[in-house]
Amino acid sequence: MTDVAIAGVPRPGLPPSAGEGREGASYLSAGHTLLSWLTTTDHKRIAILYAVSITIFFFIGGIAIALLRLELVVPHGLFLTSEAYNRLFSLHGIIMVWFFLVPSIPGTMGNFLLPLMIGARDVAFPRLNLLSWYLYVFAAAFAVYALVSGGVDTGWTFYTPFSTNYATGYVIAAAAGVFVSGFSSIATGVNFIATAHMLRAPGMTWFRLPLFVWAMYTVSMVMVLATPVLAMSLLLIIAERAFGLPIFDSARGGDPILFQHLFWFYSHPAVYIMILPAMGVVSEVIPCFARKTIFGYAFMVYALITIAVIGFMVWGHHMFVAGQSPVANLVFSFLSFIVAVPSAIKVFNWTATLHRGSITFEAPMIYALGFVGLFTIGGLTGLFVASVPIDIHATDTYFVIAHFHFIMVGGTVSAYMAGLHFWWPKVTGRMYSEPWARFAAITTFLGFNATFLPQFVMGWIGMPRRYHYYPDIFQPWHVMSSVGALILAVGYILPLVYFGWSLIFGRRAPANPWNATGLEWQTSSPPPKENFHRIPHVDAEPYAYYESGQTSPADGRPSFQPQGRTA
Amino acid sequence: MSDSNGPPSRASRIWLRPIAVWCLLVLLALASLDAAYRPFHELTTPLNLAIAAVMVVLLWLYLMDLIGSDALVRLIAAAGLLWLSFMFALTLSDYLFRPCETPSGRPSAFCVAHNGYGRVF
Amino acid sequence: MSDVNAALREPWSDLRRQREGVTVGIWLFIVSEVLFFGTLFLGYGVYRSLYPEAFRIAGAQTEVFYGSVNLLLLLTSSAAMTIAVDASRQEMRRITIICLALTILLGAGFLLCKGLEYRDDIAKGLLPGAYFPLRPPQTQLFWAFYWVMTSVHAIHLATGLVVVGVLASLLWRHTLPIQTPAIQGVATYWHFVDTVWIIIFPLLYLVGRS
Repeated sequence: MTDVAIAGVPRPGLPPSAGEGREGASYLSAGHTLLSWLTTTDHKRIAILYAVSITIFFFIGGIAIALLRLELVVPHGLFLTSEAYNRLFSLHGIIMVWFFLVPSIPGTMGNFLLPLMIGARDVAFPRLNLLSWYLYVFAAAFAVYALVSGGVDTGWTFYTPFSTNYATGYVIAAAAGVFVSGFSSIATGVNFIATAHMLRAPGMTWFRLPLFVWAMYTVSMVMVLATPVLAMSLLLIIAERAFGLPIFDSARGGDPILFQHLFWFYSHPAVYIMILPAMGVVSEVIPCFARKTIFGYAFMVYALITIAVIGFMVWGHHMFVAGQSPVANLVFSFLSFIVAVPSAIKVFNWTATLHRGSITFEAPMIYALGFVGLFTIGGLTGLFVASVPIDIHATDTYFVIAHFHFIMVGGTVSAYMAGLHFWWPKVTGRMYSEPWARFAAITTFLGFNATFLPQFVMGWIGMPRRYHYYPDIFQPWHVMSSVGALILAVGYILPLVYFGWSLIFGRRAPANPWNATGLEWQTSSPPPKENFHRIPHVDAEPYAYYESGQTSPADGRPSFQPQGRTA
Repeated sequence: MSDSNGPPSRASRIWLRPIAVWCLLVLLALASLDAAYRPFHELTTPLNLAIAAVMVVLLWLYLMDLIGSDALVRLIAAAGLLWLSFMFALTLSDYLFRPCETPSGRPSAFCVAHNGYGRVF
Repeated sequence: MSDVNAALREPWSDLRRQREGVTVGIWLFIVSEVLFFGTLFLGYGVYRSLYPEAFRIAGAQTEVFYGSVNLLLLLTSSAAMTIAVDASRQEMRRITIICLALTILLGAGFLLCKGLEYRDDIAKGLLPGAYFPLRPPQTQLFWAFYWVMTSVHAIHLATGLVVVGVLASLLWRHTLPIQTPAIQGVATYWHFVDTVWIIIFPLLYLVGRS
């Protein structure tokens, strides 16, 4: 082993506590006032601003659905009017999609880690980064205020002509809030792409980048290309509703399906905005806790790119019964089957990474393994609804709801939690309580399945979505689902407690508590404001998990021997 | 740095190309305007759009200086147009193939073929 | 060059790299704008293919004089912006500022024409609604797109004017050095505003003329 620090490989012989940060020198201590946080251009602080905001919105959206799941335990209403019911599911969807899921991993972990992982001092446009947070938080607060005070009952999909002509409530305000928050997405995307192209450390070639960076890059592509179409769709709704301009008005020749085309052109890639970062997180966590390099790195990269591109060509599968042409149905169905292939490749590769690995079950790993299983179920059920004849049966039922929650909650939220736990020591400089975290992880896994597996069944036997009242035969399924939701809620509340506790009483974290590869672990926990005292030079492959002292093969690729901890 | 305009050869470097491209663009604009008033019938719009496309290409290559830019910048510009083409092509896969009769046999409203262009498909 | 450092921003280590980064960034933003306006063009295209006759009737009512004058104003302003960028690269401060000022003048002229045009359109009653003067009803679709396209474009242009104005004033007062990458970025945005008008022109002003 040479004496040169090879970035990405834990130096043998050094105790894990080497490089332990003293908080006095970190980014957290560079300014203690609220103003220093609100005017920061430090990507790490902006990440924390995002994290706090999205957590608040997550719980608002969560309270909405908790009320709904409570309401649904009886078939004919418990304490909500139908109007309130409609407004609550719309609020839940709008907040969860735009103010939690879309900004979640990119805004928090993307912002914090992208510069660190590539060996840069910040993102390409730090002031734009801060602007993106302000756009998001003010737009979201405005929209949520509109949703909570007046309410919108169109569902998060804003379909015309209901949204333009018939819906009462604050449609324009909600649409305007979402419109502005879209610019936050675009700004983040522009920033990340420019950062990845222009600020990589010497030696950090494209195929040495961690898969999380690739995930941030591809998700940024999607954000930049898809979000403006949503912006225009919402603008057209506002124009029609506020100024009476007929765009989708069938009385004057407008086509409501045109709105659906424009809306879903964004909203389908939006689900890839939600899943690509999650895949990036999982690709970091699994190799670390299996002590094995990722299987098929190049194909993992190609899969991310393929998903990002083909994901733009499948939106019509949301409109199979809306009235589009049979040719469109055929084309979109075919492409929807195709887009499943790269996702499947990724699942195979994560599984192959685990094979003959040296697996331990820390909380991040439990969440990541949960991701793999739940995402697979979500993806397979996606194939069901990608088939036009099956979709005719399943569309607008709870089957679809279960499918997308398996992806968004079982997938993205699990990965978000995995990443939160994995990088918590790095961000805060504290270790959280592992037993409590494992308990919460298992609780969410069990609660999630208890909530959503029954929904597949009840959707298949005919329970429509967005219905307030339902026939009695569905009641047992609804009760099962609501009890599961209660368990799930406990699993989501617990981290607030033990993470909060760790901030005050948690053991101080070393630079590399997991003995993971990656440049972010080569700097202190928490990092200094400038990220690295010295910009590293990279000459190792990523995920170089192999036994210290073992010479690497002549071609420079790490061996696939399962390994234990180095120290 | 001084505020002088420098020797003529240095100054012409900044005037020549923009003015030349401007002349071309104005000519094309006037041609398009003229063509609109001529009895080209169905060819008018494709011609006008083609002229507009040529103008945009000239603007992007020579005034936005894509021709002198990095490959990355050109790739980004091309990606925008490519993605736009995805949106157009797949949306048109709906509208160009909408059935022209409803299942009960009445003519459908959203049919491209009915409305004066002759049978498209 | 001490004033060059006034243009250098974190985390860039040198101005050339920063300039490249700004170019990449601004083009990514332009691409998002391409999709933004492209959505409008798609909607227009769909309805035009469904109702060509109605669009012909409706399009004959647009003020081709104002539209053409505006096209010429913007084409000229694009030429001026290009000269401004090239001059700034040669560090010709005075010419740069003059060309930026010319751009603002031409852009303001555009907005003036647009205002006069809107006044004429309103006087002719071409606001979609119960009192719309044209038949069949699909003519209102054309005019809905007219109002949305031209006003969204005008907002982009007005924003561009403000940005160019701020840039020109910062350069004039030496707050920003002539080497700032911002000039290139602003110019690219301005050219995009021109691009949109080049496409809007045949769609809104050359329909139903013959």
